[in-house]
Amino acid sequence: MANTDSIIKIEHLTKSFGDKKVLDDINLEIRRGEFITFLGPSGCGKTTLLRLLAGFLRADEGRIVMEGSDISELPPHKRLFNTVFQRYALFPHLDVYDNVAFGLKLRKTPSDEIDKRVRKVLKMVSMTDYEDRDVNSLSGGQQQRVAIARAIINQPKVLLLDEPLAALDLKMRKDMQMELKEMHKTLGITFIYVTHDQEEALTLSDTIVVMNEGKIQQTGSPADIYNEPINSFVADFIGESNILNGTMVKDCEVSFIGHTFECVDKGFGENVPVDVVVRPEDIYIISQTENAKFTGVVKSCTFKGVHYEMFIDTDKGFEMMIQDYNQFEVGSTVGMFIKPSDIHVMKKERTCNTFAGVMTSPTSVRFLGAEFECRECGLKEGDEVSARVDFDKIDLLDNKEDGTITGEVNFILYKGDHYHLTVVTDDGDKVFVDTNDIWDKCDLVGINIAPEHIRISKRV
Amino acid sequence: MSTRRANWAIPYFIFMLLFVVLPLLLIVVYAFRDNSGSFTFQNFVKFVSQPEAINTFVYSIGVALITTVLCILLGYPAAYILSNKSLNRSQITVVLFILPMWINILVRTLATVALFDFVHIPLGQGALIFGMVYNFLPFMIYPIYNTMQKMDHSLIEAAQDLGATPGEVFTKVTMPLSMPGVTSGIMMVFMPTISTFAIAELLTMNNVKLFGTTIQENINNGMWNYGAALSLIMLVIIGATSLFADSGDSQDNEAGGLI
Repeated sequence: MANTDSIIKIEHLTKSFGDKKVLDDINLEIRRGEFITFLGPSGCGKTTLLRLLAGFLRADEGRIVMEGSDISELPPHKRLFNTVFQRYALFPHLDVYDNVAFGLKLRKTPSDEIDKRVRKVLKMVSMTDYEDRDVNSLSGGQQQRVAIARAIINQPKVLLLDEPLAALDLKMRKDMQMELKEMHKTLGITFIYVTHDQEEALTLSDTIVVMNEGKIQQTGSPADIYNEPINSFVADFIGESNILNGTMVKDCEVSFIGHTFECVDKGFGENVPVDVVVRPEDIYIISQTENAKFTGVVKSCTFKGVHYEMFIDTDKGFEMMIQDYNQFEVGSTVGMFIKPSDIHVMKKERTCNTFAGVMTSPTSVRFLGAEFECRECGLKEGDEVSARVDFDKIDLLDNKEDGTITGEVNFILYKGDHYHLTVVTDDGDKVFVDTNDIWDKCDLVGINIAPEHIRISKRV
Repeated sequence: MSTRRANWAIPYFIFMLLFVVLPLLLIVVYAFRDNSGSFTFQNFVKFVSQPEAINTFVYSIGVALITTVLCILLGYPAAYILSNKSLNRSQITVVLFILPMWINILVRTLATVALFDFVHIPLGQGALIFGMVYNFLPFMIYPIYNTMQKMDHSLIEAAQDLGATPGEVFTKVTMPLSMPGVTSGIMMVFMPTISTFAIAELLTMNNVKLFGTTIQENINNGMWNYGAALSLIMLVIIGATSLFADSGDSQDNEAGGLI
């Protein structure tokens, strides 16, 4: 269905609001006729990217090329895009017919043609007979249909949709998803869709662009993104997953949760720390323990409609989530194994915190905007150094006044036996922390580092 | 419980009865009586047959219309600029425009007289229109500003998105959506200007007579019945304007505050 030739090329697009970089060097090619989704948590820059495409915002750097010509500086009314807005943005002073006909009337289309086309698109969105209705008297779902009709009547080359279903209830959302997909097939035009709902993205898209903090994390088909997440953020954001620390022993052999598994990944090197992702539905669970790869005790078992969701404490003290059609008694000992192809190994983005710093005396170092005591290491004041701190050697404190610096918990990843937190300091730097304590997102914390855990090396 | 709640309205009800309904009834009763107290249409016949009274009346409406139109012409762009975030970033400018409303209308008018005197501009018709517009302009700006301020910005983006040039965005979206504010503004300006007399007296040295002045003179001279009839006529005119404004208003609920 989707052609291979590209309709839009986004090159090095960067946008900041004040000091905050919302989009950071975005490069993307959008193919003609595809259904592409920008997916990410709120504040990841996906809506900004859409607004840049629509022309409501201007980029600081980079350009948008459509069919060979640069449209970065084109005002919105000259772009061949139409947008379906999140809050519909229907004109309250016009009825359904005039809302839908708005674009055609601006183009001075003959009125009998307007008539014909309005009727056609209203039929397409199942809103026939609503022509004379006041838009304020319509339900959310009906308003959304009118908004879609208003956009597609202009036969745009690209339809931009900004979380169009976010305000609808679950049942309605599911129905509209199917209708949108159907509509995409019938119209054959490019749909660019923005959502934070990973399930919606997986259902609708030909291509998903996963974004976080202004950067594209991964681009690929829904199956690729789901089965081969490129990093732990994508794995955590798309679907349920067990994300664990592991070590690549050698090619096709990885050890995690205290066992060594056969896998299909190669080329990481020997004894390299890696992240391992296993989807909960990919772990096979049996009631015998003799032939199992590893064993565990069922801690909880919840019925989820199609499957049961279980949390299991493994023999080596890790917690894993497993989904299975069969129910297993809480407290019973079970055996488990994982197919080599279901083990996804990812390169670790980092293995410890590395901060750039300056020695302020032979036993103190300045980094992250504060002074920390450290061990004597033969360096003198003014030397530029790298300070390394292991994830688990950073202390987080409830009372932020007690910390040398303060920060906010920004992202939490459960790794089977501990939490991996991303803490953003007041200056916007990131500190990665492994901890057994439970923190919530947006908790304000104090950060301390003991002198003996700061490893100093001279920067070259 | 519900009956007790209803009781809370009683003081207001009595107040309205005493200070709104009763005086209105008295105006109607006085308007249809002569000096001796018997029923008559004489007061209205006198108004219709007296060219001077009718002239004043027409003149007053003319002044009110000119004032209102000037207020719209000056106030609409001002409100547009004030509400547009890319043109005006500060709330202080808004306050500066509204500030004259905090000062008593008579004080402001006396100051205008002094000012005209100072720069040697003769008082008269021009000064009257100036004084009227100056006094009532904030009442036009504020409701329009309010409606524009509340307008959903995504509607403007939607219009641009559908191919509207900046000019078309204004004529097809911004303007129609700001009409409730304009209607409120017209009511706030037209109704008081038609009945005002203090501004006219001060700014024209009593040379120009407005309808308000005529009513005041008649009542001051003890001609209560004729004065009441004139008041009734004015009341009907104002009532008609507000009915017209109301019907425009009910189309849309985003009316612009103040009333």
